[in-house]
Parts: sequence; C-alpha cells; structure tokens
Amino acid sequence: MSGLPVLKGVLALLACQLVGEVVVRLFALEVPGPVVGMLVFLAVLRVASPRPSSSLVRGPALLLDHLQLLFVPAGVGVIVYLHRLRTDALPLAAGLWLSWLLGLAVTGAVVAALLRLGGRAASRRRR
Amino acid sequence: MTPLVGWHPDETWHWLTTSPLLGLTLTLAAYAAGRWAHRRTGNPVLQPVLVAIVLVAVVLEVFDIPYADYLSGGSFVGFWLGPATVALALPLHHEWHLVRRSAVPILTGVVVGAAVSIASAVLVTRLAGGSRTIQLTMAPKATTTPVSIALSDQIGGIPALTAVLTILAGITGAVAGPWLLDRLGIRDLRARGVALGAVAHGIGTSRALNESRTEGAFSALSMGLTALATSVLVPVLLLFL
Repeated sequence: MSGLPVLKGVLALLACQLVGEVVVRLFALEVPGPVVGMLVFLAVLRVASPRPSSSLVRGPALLLDHLQLLFVPAGVGVIVYLHRLRTDALPLAAGLWLSWLLGLAVTGAVVAALLRLGGRAASRRRR
Repeated sequence: MTPLVGWHPDETWHWLTTSPLLGLTLTLAAYAAGRWAHRRTGNPVLQPVLVAIVLVAVVLEVFDIPYADYLSGGSFVGFWLGPATVALALPLHHEWHLVRRSAVPILTGVVVGAAVSIASAVLVTRLAGGSRTIQLTMAPKATTTPVSIALSDQIGGIPALTAVLTILAGITGAVAGPWLLDRLGIRDLRARGVALGAVAHGIGTSRALNESRTEGAFSALSMGLTALATSVLVPVLLLFL
C-alpha cells in the first residue's frame, strides 16, 4: 500500500489530458482535449480493470466527488457579467431557457422511447 | 533606523486581494459552506456550486475586489476541470455493460438533442427579438464551454457571452434538471443521464453523478458526444436558420 493513495490516479488523469490536448491540436480536431483524454483514460481503465482500492480509481473518484467546486470560478464570472446583459435580457432569457427545456425534454423522451423499443425487441428475441 | 514593527494596512490589503491565496481560500470556503447548506437543508435548489458562486460574488462585491484579481487564485481551482473531465471515464467504465447495450438510443438521442438545442436556440431568440449576433451567440450554448466558446467565435457570435449562457445552462441543469425530468415522466436513469449531459454538460453531469452512478455515466458520455455533435451540426444547421 503506497502512502499517497490518489497520486498515481491524478497523474494518470493529467497524462491522459496531455495526450488528448496534443492529439486535438496535432490533427486540428473540433473536440476539447479533455474529452479525447476521457476516451484515452477509458481505454486505460478497460485494459487495466483496476480494483476499487486502486489509486487509478480513488484519484478520479476524489475529483468527481467535488466536481461542482471546479465550476465555481467560472460561475463567479457569470455573475460579474450579468450586469451587462440588461439590454438583450428578454431574447437571452427566452432563448436560453425555452430552448434548454425543449432540448432536455426531447432528448430524454427520444432515449427513453428507443430504450423501451430495444427492451421489447430484446425480450422478443429471447422468446 | 527602521522600526522592528510597523502598521501597513494598505500594503497588506493590496497584497491580500492580488494574492492567489485569497481567491483559493475564498473558493474552497464558499464551496464548503455550499455543501453544508445543501446537506443541512436537503434542498436540491441549494446546489453547492450555486451557493458557492453567490457567496464568492457577494464577497467580491462587498470588498470591491476585481474578478481578474480573484481569478489569480480561482484559476487554480478551474484548472482541475480538465483532469475532472478525463475522470468522467470512471463512471463510464463502471457502467460499460449498460453503455454498450444502449449505443443506438444514446447516439440517436444525442444527435436529435443537439439539433433541437441549436435550432430552438436560434429560433426562440429570434422570435423574442434578438439580433442575428445574439442568435448566433445562443446557438452553441448547450455544449461544454471550451467547445461553445470556439464555435461562437467561428460563426460570428460573442464568445464571452456564449460562455455565460453555457454556464447558466449548466447550473439550470444542476438545479432544476432532475425535478423537470420527474415532471416530464422520464424515469429511466439512462435516458435522464443522456438528457442532462445533452443540455447541461459538466455541471449537469455533476448533479447526475449525485443522483446515481448510472445517470452520471450516461450524462458524462452524452456530454462528450454532444460536444462532437454540436461542432458538426452548428455550421450545417445555420445554413438553414
């Protein structure tokens, strides 16, 4: 048992992000580096299948437990910027929240319906 | 001869407000307070992220500290968003058996969801009287900030404003997403996760992870795929909108 149970896990995250950031720049991809890094780390996890007590699990789990903390600085920027939104308040508020609600409802309904269909097809196949 | 002890309130205040130490301490303290409030009341509206943002903003306002000065410490925290996004592979790995079986519903949902988000953002903003620039600024708001900012820049929107809208979309997802999904009758954890990730990216995913590991995993995947789908769909859909 090593003394720092999260060190290797955090190192793995940084290394995967580094690979992701280099890859998106090298090939001029329209995806954020961390998202490619997520796929790299997923491949590592699939191959290594680490135990729950492993640093490879505990490091990322620590970060995910406090995911909301990481958005605080950017969110404070939003409040600071809000003062300047008065002129276009109505189109901005309507465009943001109506479209947001529509996106949530349609995505949820489509996935739920397709899962139900797929579930039925699977149970038919089993018969 | 210089005295051993002096009194330097102005110099000290200047050091304090420009030092990363204050921003960092303030951010962590506000987040701790947010977690405490959330746990104490059990009120889902009091998401730790929301409470913390308001607390920090109030402190900056009261003590007249510029946002840029706060960021010298705050950016230490914000930096970890990148590695945390990479860490989202962990719930995905744990739920891999479910993810593999649901590939078609997930992909369809993400593509349809991204198209609806983009088209309705442009159309509703236009109907409400927004200029073309405001419509373009709104178009990529559903995807994660680095992508929405880059897209906004590319199509002629205002990137800084897109960043604000994107974060507001995320906070709305964390605060109201699960409640609305209940009202809409969407109970399947996988569908809920995909929906949250599609409209509220990482901030929505943080709430989904608190709801259940399955919901969090599907939200994380949806967030990544939505980034991809939005990048492809925004330039295409704008030809017709």
